Amino acid sequence: MDKHLHHISLNGREVTVDPAVGDRLSHTLREDLHQLDVKIGCDAGDCGACTVLVDGDPICACLMPTHQAIGKQVETLAGMSEIDPIAGKLMDSFQHHGAAQCGVCTPGMLTTAVALLRENPTPSSAQVEDALGGVLCRCTGYRKIIDAVVDTGAAPCDLEGNGHVGDAIQRLDGADKVTGTELFGDDVAPRDALVIAVIRSPFPRAKFAFGGLDEWVKATDGISAVLTHADVPGQNVFGVIPDFADQPVFAETETRFRGEAVAAVIGTHQVMQNFAAETFPVTWTQLHAVETVTEALDVTAPQLHLGRDGNVMCGGYVTTGDPQTALKDADVIVQGRFQTGFVEHAYIEPEAGFAQMVDGRIEVHACTQAPVMDLDALEIILGWDRKDIRILPTAVGGGFGAKLDLSVQPYLALAAIKTGKPVRIAYSRMESMQSSTKRHPSDITLKIGATAKGRIKGFDFLGHFNTGAYASWGPTVANRVPVHASGPYQIDDYRAESVGVHTHNPPAGAFRGFGVPQSAIAQESLFDELADKLGMDRLEFRMLNALDNHVPTVCGQRFEQGVGIKSCFAALRKPWDEHRAKCDQFNRDNDVLKRGVGIAGGWYGCGNTSLPNPSTIKAGIKADGSVVLHQGAMDIGQGANTVITQIFATALGVPVHQITLVGADTDQTPDAGKTSASRQTYVSGNAARLSGEAMRAQLLQRANAAKGSKIEITQGVIQFSGEHGETVIDVSGLPVDHQGYVFVSEETYDPPTKPLDENGQGAPYAQFGYAAHLVTVEVDTRLGTVKPLLFVAAHDVGKAINPTLVEGQVQGGIAQGLGMTLMEEYIPGRTENLHDYLIPTMGDVPPIETIIIEEPDAHGPYGAKGLGEHVLIPTAPAILNAIKDATGVRLYQVPATPARVRAAIKEYANGK
Amino acid sequence: MKLASRRKKGCVVTYFAPTTLDDALKLLRDQPLDVVAGCTDYFPTRTQAPFTRGILDVSKIAGLQGISALDDGIRIGAATRWSDIARTTLPGSWAGLQAAARQVGSLQIQNAGTVGGNICNASPAADGMPPLLTLNATVEIQGPNGVRHLPLAEFVTGVRQTDLQPGELVVALHIPNLPTHSHGAFEKLGSRRYLVISVTMVAVVIACDAAGRIEFARVAVGACSPVAQRLHDLEVNLIGQTAQEACITPDDLQGLSPISDLRASAEFRLDAVAEQIRRALLKASLTNG
Repeated sequence: MDKHLHHISLNGREVTVDPAVGDRLSHTLREDLHQLDVKIGCDAGDCGACTVLVDGDPICACLMPTHQAIGKQVETLAGMSEIDPIAGKLMDSFQHHGAAQCGVCTPGMLTTAVALLRENPTPSSAQVEDALGGVLCRCTGYRKIIDAVVDTGAAPCDLEGNGHVGDAIQRLDGADKVTGTELFGDDVAPRDALVIAVIRSPFPRAKFAFGGLDEWVKATDGISAVLTHADVPGQNVFGVIPDFADQPVFAETETRFRGEAVAAVIGTHQVMQNFAAETFPVTWTQLHAVETVTEALDVTAPQLHLGRDGNVMCGGYVTTGDPQTALKDADVIVQGRFQTGFVEHAYIEPEAGFAQMVDGRIEVHACTQAPVMDLDALEIILGWDRKDIRILPTAVGGGFGAKLDLSVQPYLALAAIKTGKPVRIAYSRMESMQSSTKRHPSDITLKIGATAKGRIKGFDFLGHFNTGAYASWGPTVANRVPVHASGPYQIDDYRAESVGVHTHNPPAGAFRGFGVPQSAIAQESLFDELADKLGMDRLEFRMLNALDNHVPTVCGQRFEQGVGIKSCFAALRKPWDEHRAKCDQFNRDNDVLKRGVGIAGGWYGCGNTSLPNPSTIKAGIKADGSVVLHQGAMDIGQGANTVITQIFATALGVPVHQITLVGADTDQTPDAGKTSASRQTYVSGNAARLSGEAMRAQLLQRANAAKGSKIEITQGVIQFSGEHGETVIDVSGLPVDHQGYVFVSEETYDPPTKPLDENGQGAPYAQFGYAAHLVTVEVDTRLGTVKPLLFVAAHDVGKAINPTLVEGQVQGGIAQGLGMTLMEEYIPGRTENLHDYLIPTMGDVPPIETIIIEEPDAHGPYGAKGLGEHVLIPTAPAILNAIKDATGVRLYQVPATPARVRAAIKEYANGK
Repeated sequence: MKLASRRKKGCVVTYFAPTTLDDALKLLRDQPLDVVAGCTDYFPTRTQAPFTRGILDVSKIAGLQGISALDDGIRIGAATRWSDIARTTLPGSWAGLQAAARQVGSLQIQNAGTVGGNICNASPAADGMPPLLTLNATVEIQGPNGVRHLPLAEFVTGVRQTDLQPGELVVALHIPNLPTHSHGAFEKLGSRRYLVISVTMVAVVIACDAAGRIEFARVAVGACSPVAQRLHDLEVNLIGQTAQEACITPDDLQGLSPISDLRASAEFRLDAVAEQIRRALLKASLTNG
């Protein structure tokens, strides 16, 4: 065959390409030209992550045949970051504003923004939105990206200092994110590694039979092997909660959801690039499936799991006082039924990774939120000694809960073991959406009473949660919801019951808030209804019933300090009055567009519910004086690498920039637990504090220096200055351990909790964080569209370790809450891509003002509390309450799509 | 022109990027080929599998690019990108098409997707269709038997179906001249701001007399029938009314047959379309004359 060599100008230099027919530019750039700063999020033009400039114009590299780029100038972030002055300023601005969180959308954002800034050096926010609207981000909520682009070139005013607790320093791991050199799950494998493709069920429930697999492998060019359940050497089961582990790596006889794996094919890179799963020898027999809770609870329903009768996985229960009598005696009562659907995490990085055998051990590199849990699971699946398994997490392009569960890891490990060769896998967007966990759909009935004076009197909650085919984190949702369904309020007579029900759907698992965002919709919506019925100001009603120090929660837990919900509400008093007055004015002048203000509160317990939840952080000082922090708390964009280092630096008393980070790596970093349950700042942060304090104590003792001494570490020398004068230790000559350390500290923190009794009474969490959101929305009453115009979000974080990162969490959480409220619903078989499943774009998230409240927590490091999940709990009910305020219409189901809002408005108008 | 070949079990698939129309037509006559331009629909709708057909990339063909004036109107080359349409200075009657051009997908999509591809893909929710219908576009088709011209409304025959025959290519769209004081507008409804498949769309072109009464009207609706369509009866009824008082009755929407799907119910679509027509008329009238 004759060779067809062609030239592309790539980042200013001529490169030769020889694409095959149908090769996409994104593929050629990554696989042939090793341009790994070009990220692939969807392969369909829906996310913009792969945006490159072709002859100066932003295009999705996944939609351009490489042949079309021949003879053209192609620019990627990596090229711009080296030579383009606009890109340089923009990258600085991104770092300064904290505009990159996980960093996987950042290359697409930056290339698109550079194109804009070349044409228009001083764009307005609206112009930035129009230009960058085609790049999706799931972490930031976009506002910091807009600010960063608008402010490009503005004089930097960085507060760097020593970077201790409270300093809004730039992310310590930010440089790689803005240059595109960060390595995510699909960026670490050798490009010629064997490629794995998973064969998945096309039906929610099916029997299946394989054809001759060995014959098929032999007869098919480029295929090395096939994996099925027969290749699992240990147990063909995994699950994040050991007592509920129920999910097979490969289904054995019957699949329980559309997208469930039955086999995996391993082949060469060239063949697998266009491998058609339909050619795999398997025959399917579709079986009757139950896809809703109602169907699954029917007595005739097929049973998904032995021992879970009636398809009930488990439930949760909390009660106190006498709710039924209280409701009877209440002066006013409100009630309602609220429904939500599956919500997809939609991180921009689909699950991906690489594995290889090294000296008889298996090494798995993949994006994950929980490296040690991955190791635990592989130990069982492989039946290997855990010493022979190493997990090396890659950078994580967003997680939000779904990357806590295993995804690609078992396929990678099994394939590397079977073939003895390096193997890689990257999920397509569709298989990521089909197979990853989801937020639980909920069906909640709630009745709340109050006295004429506005005190809550009686609360009765029943929630059914569709947990899908496998348990995943369903039991956690079932446990957490009854504890949190009260919201941050004093309710003396309370009953809350949750039921998790199996259906033939993807497993519902952890998603930012573990069921609490769903229960908050019911509770905070009905609080507005109660206030209105009582004729009380809605904010005042909440203030009146809000929890406080010394006041028992519905679990009977009393906190002596740190209950910050009243401070959150108090901070919203002024904006509440102001924005309501503005809306009244607007509504007097407008008939079709109507504005309203909504408010809602929320709380969230940090860490595991009444279970051990330790984190360990290790540090060492080398003979050259370098300080190394073994930081195993996964940074999935939220900023653990920065926050935990700031805490450690503060405790040790050295500038943050003097610290070198190691990890995460199960060979190198002790277990810092999973990045989940808003626990890393609190739990791993405390371990970092203890480790820093222990190191400091060790050094002071060694130098015989006074307690408050200032420590300065320079090349091989540690200096102490304090009340006893100055002391110096020369560490360069001290003996070193096997890792080269002269001093080591390793400390563990486990939050103090107490078990819950049969009525859910106890001390489930050592700390809660608190939040209140206010939103103004504009409803187009004729078209049913809802446009949030601004948010004011008050968050009690105890102590803001890094205020910029706090704002980033708040804005990103609000964007996800907004999506869940207005547009997101995952429907298996129908919304398995990012053009049918809609998440907010840059034009959908309005300005967000963050008010940081600091009511120090007794247990948190420097008083800090967790934040990751609190940020979206009040968002949905605040928006729904604002829609009611604007239109008089109460919505009981999300997403509140234009069609649903308009239908409710018409019904309301007809009923008047 | 022949850019790559890949041998697959005896058959060779090739990527062709001819620069002349004659070459393209010859290639198309000789073998089955996937015709592509911006590829913004081609790649997303393709299921992963080896490429067994060659690709004919029409984006480099001279004469398929750009917007040019004719004696009796304006010609848009089929491979003209949406961003080129958005950036070109055009008569007010084109305002609806230009607004649609700025709302197709995202800037990235507009920099690749073409007007010809939009009509050949024949999606009921194609953003280009309603404004092109209000502009009375005709499609210039070249094939083995020479050139033919077909009104756009006859070219797209159903969901993902067109009248394009084997061996034929869409070469251009012709937009006849409209009254100089006419103005267009476009309304798109979706569940989010950018990158959204339309729930419903409306395009109008109207011209008003000195008193603001409509004397020329074209109204087209998308995503409410298998193929976007003009509302001819409504157009007649609008004559003599002002945009402010224009009344849209259910009878005016008789020809529409929206479906209920995951984006919206049929009832909602009809309801929304009536409102969008009112708004589009108002928008067009405000910039009229």
